[in-house]
Amino acid sequence: MILDKRMTAQQIVAQLRDGMTLGIGGWGPRRKPMALVREIIRSDLKDLTIVAYGGADVGMLCAAGKIKKLVFAFVSLDAIPLEPWFRKSREAGKIEVLELDEGMFQWGLKAAAFGLPFLPTRVAMGTNLAELGDLKTVQSPYADGETLIAMPALKLDAALIHVNRSDWRGNVQLLGPDPYYDEWFAKAAAKTYLSCEELVDRIEDHYPEDAQANTFERCFVSGVVEMSGGAHPSSMPPLHGPDMKWFKTYAEAARDPGDWQAVAAQFVGASEAEYLAGIGGKEAVMNIPLAIY
Amino acid sequence: MTEVSLAELCIYACAEAFRDTREIVASGIGPIPRIGAGLAKLTHSPGLMMTEGEAYLVEEPVPLGPRGDFIPKASGYLPFSRFFDSAVWSGKRHAMVTPTQLDRFGQINLSYLGGTHAQPKTQMLGVRGFPGNSVYHTNSFFFPAHSMRIFVDGEVDMVSGAGYNPARPVGTIDLRQIITNLCVMDFGGLANAVRVISLHPGVTFEEVQAATGFPLIDAAKGATPPPDAEALAIINRLDPYGYRASVIKDNPPARKP
Repeated sequence: MILDKRMTAQQIVAQLRDGMTLGIGGWGPRRKPMALVREIIRSDLKDLTIVAYGGADVGMLCAAGKIKKLVFAFVSLDAIPLEPWFRKSREAGKIEVLELDEGMFQWGLKAAAFGLPFLPTRVAMGTNLAELGDLKTVQSPYADGETLIAMPALKLDAALIHVNRSDWRGNVQLLGPDPYYDEWFAKAAAKTYLSCEELVDRIEDHYPEDAQANTFERCFVSGVVEMSGGAHPSSMPPLHGPDMKWFKTYAEAARDPGDWQAVAAQFVGASEAEYLAGIGGKEAVMNIPLAIY
Repeated sequence: MTEVSLAELCIYACAEAFRDTREIVASGIGPIPRIGAGLAKLTHSPGLMMTEGEAYLVEEPVPLGPRGDFIPKASGYLPFSRFFDSAVWSGKRHAMVTPTQLDRFGQINLSYLGGTHAQPKTQMLGVRGFPGNSVYHTNSFFFPAHSMRIFVDGEVDMVSGAGYNPARPVGTIDLRQIITNLCVMDFGGLANAVRVISLHPGVTFEEVQAATGFPLIDAAKGATPPPDAEALAIINRLDPYGYRASVIKDNPPARKP
C-alpha cells in the first residue's frame, strides 16, 4: 500500500474534471487553499459547482468564468464586507446558486460525511431559502410530529484544504485558532487534496506534541503538496494575516478596469513562482500581521 | 465633562436590550452592539458570555481595535463549528445584528436587493447565519440611520431571517428590541406589532413614523435614558480609540438639537 500521497499542484488539478462539485475549506478571507485555486484558474477546468464559505476563492473563480453553480451562505473579505467579483457575477446573472444558512451548510456536509440523504433542521423555516433552494420538508415520525427542513447531503467530488502541516501520508495539523469546517469538507468529499505550509516525512517524528491539532484523519486525504505561502492573500494563522492591501487592489480592480482578463495576470500569475515573486516572495507573505477581530 | 453622544446613548440602550439572567452568549456585531454587550456583561448581566471576536471565550470583554497592552485571557474555546453546536442549536445566544432591511413582521434581509434571486440588482453578503439565528435563539437589531429604506413597506426583498409573519409560521421566534439613532422599539404590540417604547431625547414619535415604512404603535414611556458615569467609564474602556464616534453620521449629541 502506497501511503506517500505527495503530488504537485498540477497533478492535483489534473485529477479534477469539468462539471465536478468541489468543496473549498477555510472561511471568507481566512486560510483558503488559494495556491490550488490559482492552479485551477490557470487550467482549462470549467462548469464547476463550488461549495464554500466564500472569500476571494469564490470571487476569483467567478471572475475567471469557472463556476456554473455556487453553494454558499456568504461571500466576504471581512474588512471589505462585499466580495466585488462575486457581486459582479451575481448581478450579471452569470452563475446558478444554492443559497444556504451557514449552519445548515454544515448540516449538508455532515449528511454527506455520514452517508445520509439529508439531516433534519429547523433552519430555513420561515424564510425564502426553502422555496429558492427547492428544499423539502419531513415530518417527525414521533409524537411531536414537527415539520422540519430536510437539508440534503452536500456530496463533494473533491475538497481542497490548506493546512499548516502535513506528512507524506496526509496526517495534518491545523494550528490556527479556528479549524472552521475543514473536517467536514474532508469527510464530505470523495477525494481531499491538501496544500500545506510545511510537509514532513513522518509527523510523529517532528510534532508529536501537536497531535490534538490533527483535525481530520489521513484516511480522508488523497493528495498533498507543500506550498508555503499558499494561503495568500487569505490569512494563515499563526504564520500571517490576510493581505488587506492586496484585497483592496483586487476590489478596486473590479470597478476599474472591471475586466478580469486585464488583471488576471496580476492576481493569478502564469505560475505560482511568478505569483509569489510578484507579491514580494514568501518572506513578504510571512510578514503580514495577523488580523484583529 | 464632554456631552454624551447619541452613539453612547445607543450603546447604553443596546446594553439594556442584552439584559438577561441567563448564561448565554451575547454577540454584538458591529461597534455599538459589541460595546453594548460588553457593558451589559460588566454591569447588570454578568452571566453573559462572549468571545474575543475570533475563537476564544473571555470573561473580560475585549476592547475594540489594536490591542495595545490588553492581552485577551481565554476562559474557554468556541470556534465556529462549536459555536453552532453550543450557542445556536442550543438557543444559548442573543445576537444583535444590522440587516439591510427589516419589515413589520421582524423579517430581515441581508442577501440581495431588487431584481430576482437569479439576477439580483444589488448582491449583498448572503443570508449568513440569519435563518438559523432567527428560529433558534434570541435576536435584537441596531440601525445607525433609521429610514424607510431599512424599515420597508411590505415584506423585505428576501426573507433571510424569520419573523412573526402569520403567512410563514414557525415554532419559536424571540425578537427583543430594535435600537436606532431615533428610538428603541420592540415587538410587544398585538400579534407582535412593532412599538416605539422610548424616544431618544428631542425626537418625536411623528419623526420616527415618518422614517418608517410600516405603521408603528406609540408606546413610548419617556425618553431613552443616557448612560450614567459608571457606564460611560466602561464605554471608554471598551472603546479606547473611539470607534463609536464614526458609526452615526456626524456623531451627534444624545439630545437632538
